[in-house]
Amino acid sequence: MAQAMRQLTPELLTLGAALLVILLDLIQARGNRKWLGWLSGAAAALIVAATAAKWGELERPVALWGGVMVLDRLGLIFKAIFLLGVAVAAVGSVDFASHRFRHVGEYYGLLFFSALGMMLMASAGDLLTLYLGLELATLSLYVLTSYAKASPRSGEAGLKYVILGATASAIYLYGASLIYGSVGTTLFAAVAQRLSWEGFGPGLAVGGLFVLAAFAFKIAAVPFHMWAPDVYQGAPTPVTGFLSTASKAAGFAALMRVLLGPMLGAASGWVVFVVALSGLSMIVGNLLALAQRDIKRMLAYSGVAQAGYALVGLAATSTLGTLATVFFLFQYLFTNLGAFLVATIVGSSAGDDQITSYHGLSRRNPGLALCLLLLLLSLGGIPPLAGFWGKLFLFWAGVRSGLYGLVLIGVLASVLSLYYYLMVARAMYIEPVAGREPVRLQVPAMIAVVVCVLVVVGLIYPGWLIELAHTAAVAFM
Amino acid sequence: MMALSHPLTMILLSPLVAALVIMLVPRRSLLAVRLIAAVATSAALVLSVGLCYLYLSEGRRGLQFADRADWVVGPGISYFVAADGVSLSLVLLTALVIFCGVFASWTVVYRTKEFYCLLLLLVTGVFGVFIAQDLFFFFLFYEVAVLPMYLLIGIWGTGPKEYSAMKLTLYLLVGSAFMLVGILGMYFAAILPAGQGRTFDLTVLTKASYAHNFQVIAFFLLYLGFGILAGIWPLHTWSPDGHASAPTAVSMLHAGVLMKLGAYGVLRVGFGCLPAGAQSWVWLVGAIAVINIGYGAYVAMGQRDLKYVIAYSSVSHMGLVMLGLAAFNEVAMNGAVLQMFSHGIMTGLFFALVGLVYEKSHTRDIEAMGGLARRMPGIALAFTIGGLASFGLPGTSGFVAELLVFLGTFRAHVHSYLIWGVPLFPILAVGAVIAIVVTATYVLRVLQRVFHGPMDEAKYGEVPDAHTTEWVTLVVLGGLLVVIGVYPSPLTNLIGSSLGPLLRP
Repeated sequence: MAQAMRQLTPELLTLGAALLVILLDLIQARGNRKWLGWLSGAAAALIVAATAAKWGELERPVALWGGVMVLDRLGLIFKAIFLLGVAVAAVGSVDFASHRFRHVGEYYGLLFFSALGMMLMASAGDLLTLYLGLELATLSLYVLTSYAKASPRSGEAGLKYVILGATASAIYLYGASLIYGSVGTTLFAAVAQRLSWEGFGPGLAVGGLFVLAAFAFKIAAVPFHMWAPDVYQGAPTPVTGFLSTASKAAGFAALMRVLLGPMLGAASGWVVFVVALSGLSMIVGNLLALAQRDIKRMLAYSGVAQAGYALVGLAATSTLGTLATVFFLFQYLFTNLGAFLVATIVGSSAGDDQITSYHGLSRRNPGLALCLLLLLLSLGGIPPLAGFWGKLFLFWAGVRSGLYGLVLIGVLASVLSLYYYLMVARAMYIEPVAGREPVRLQVPAMIAVVVCVLVVVGLIYPGWLIELAHTAAVAFM
Repeated sequence: MMALSHPLTMILLSPLVAALVIMLVPRRSLLAVRLIAAVATSAALVLSVGLCYLYLSEGRRGLQFADRADWVVGPGISYFVAADGVSLSLVLLTALVIFCGVFASWTVVYRTKEFYCLLLLLVTGVFGVFIAQDLFFFFLFYEVAVLPMYLLIGIWGTGPKEYSAMKLTLYLLVGSAFMLVGILGMYFAAILPAGQGRTFDLTVLTKASYAHNFQVIAFFLLYLGFGILAGIWPLHTWSPDGHASAPTAVSMLHAGVLMKLGAYGVLRVGFGCLPAGAQSWVWLVGAIAVINIGYGAYVAMGQRDLKYVIAYSSVSHMGLVMLGLAAFNEVAMNGAVLQMFSHGIMTGLFFALVGLVYEKSHTRDIEAMGGLARRMPGIALAFTIGGLASFGLPGTSGFVAELLVFLGTFRAHVHSYLIWGVPLFPILAVGAVIAIVVTATYVLRVLQRVFHGPMDEAKYGEVPDAHTTEWVTLVVLGGLLVVIGVYPSPLTNLIGSSLGPLLRP
């Protein structure tokens, strides 16, 4: 037991951090509690370090409690992604939270709880562990989404998310029960074994598809994306940032665990569905993003499209594909979270999230505008920024696996997407200032944005991260 | 010491570093911004002149001055820059045009700092494309060269600037999507010597062999991708709009240098790596090139806006470049590269002059002007030199380039592409020569309407000639047109020394 606990240091530390923040909130019940945000950011960063320290120990995967949890390097990278998301989002919402929320401590606590759930998903070795992680992550996110109690939009978003999210959970459970019914076990390793002995029965096929659909909801892939724009728009902006990046990465982690784990033997059956999800997401997401006037809705549809790109790596069902997806999700965390934090700063100052609020931003706040420009160009996949490398490796993996049509859709969709990213650039750089005041900068959020931009620019040299992802992907496949 | 051991990297970095330094300069110190830009571009110019001199005087051949560092080991991406004669001549052209462009933008006062940052960033990309010997970095620099254009035209442009900027960006990005598909295809399809891992190294990819059918498809994709940037008909429509809307220095760079990226890409990647694919498409490349020459000149004749005349003349002249490439022999290709150089200088000069005329007379309408030569003799003289070079008068660089292109085209592919027994390429050559007559018409029309004839004293009585920094562009570019026209051999030797390896049978 002690051995297992030692293996689970990152998870335990996350749990500890969540409880600690909530307790510390009791010390100072009123007034501005900005230090809680800084503390959470620092704690998350320290846990990332503790997670990274596990890298050496996990040269080969470790199965805990008979395989209920599987600890490996791929899981470590995903955990680092979630925790970095918490760190950036926590620091990014220091000002936002102290102004908008009454219960500040719980806000950061819920971020940690949500990350803990995602971490469970990333190292699940059993359908039930996966479900526990999923519920912990999404229940925390439901609360976070409706956290701005004064705003009806936030409440509406929370309610929509609960209803649709619960439906997705139900679909997952139904699928899991079908799988259990046909193979008599929920352990991934055992399911894989049965699959190789007995082949692929109808129960397993339908169950697998239901599980796929549940996580397609989680990553907001078309046609399971309907909730995303409304929830993204209504949720407090830093929460949206966290939701659109860490939560999406968690969905992918789960999909990899299931599809590339026990279901790998049945790849010929499910690849076609993943290809369809991917292609539809790239096309529909980009087309709908073109028409948006609200930056959060635009980023929501762009996020749908980005999920489509990442699915190309999954559809490739290869080491290279896994590597590409992990790399893509890592850079996407910083790129998209950074963009949402800029939206937080501008939105808090302007009072709305319309793209018209960005008019003349380059004259009012040149630094902020430059940051958003770089982040948007990275989202659009412009070389040499991080997003370009992400897409490059994904498309490369796609070509390697013979998915020419899908890659062609991806390339053309990327060109299309530049139109709406450039519309924001146009608003910032070309539209006249129209006598607006400079945006009030929030220093902590600005620091978080700069960190994101530095990562996005720093990944111009992506070699080290590719190496890490490669090692993890080789061990995983 | 650094500069001497890594000259090409220094050329690449000098505008980039200048752009970063300019970001740190206070917004109000305009002079500092301009001087930093001027110093950086002069450094690049001095270095590139030095390299051309070294290359020629030491009789070097093939790729020289290489710098190499691994970037991402797994897929075989490395930072690899090197230059041969073709690259060097185009690097020299870029350095010249940006050097003059900095002086031509001396009067930009609206958001000067950002203007120079973007301009220098763009030039970094252009230098990068001409010297990159790794296809991956080639593509990367290409995007860096294209994207700042959106903001440069969108912010500092005139007329329907937002429409033009978006149109240009989307056209060129569609082009780069085709390019990327072609490049990735080559990466995967190259049949490499045993023991050689997959790589983007252009020198390896040039020596590799490819299946015939693949070459045919891939060349077409590359031709389409690069061709959009080179302004091939009917995908050229972004170019007149873009050039006419852009601010002076940006038009100079764009027509002078950026369109050459397209032609250079077709030459280096298309013809260099996929000769068999090229061989089966030259009829199309040649035919479209002649349409470009004729159509561009014909439309230029009908324009009232002086900037549109020059913009369409670029479409026409890029046709000559593409015709020279399509001929696919050493003489014509030498002419094509020389035409790239000559047209870069010429059109840079033209756009600088149009900018000056507009600044002083506040109009670009040809019908509204007249007799300006009396008030601005210097500008009129420079315009005349450019005009003469434009239709290839002997003694100007245009003559040498066009002569080589026509000579080469006339004897190209004489045994293939027969139409009723007559080979296609001599017919194309004749067509192109006839189109040059149209060029003469529009050039002379502009000269006559703008600089000669009666002048409206009330409107233009007080218009000044060029002054101080404005002379830099006129003297450097105008002078070069004549110098190369009279003594072209250093440049043709520089280019010719490197075409041999590119033209494997």
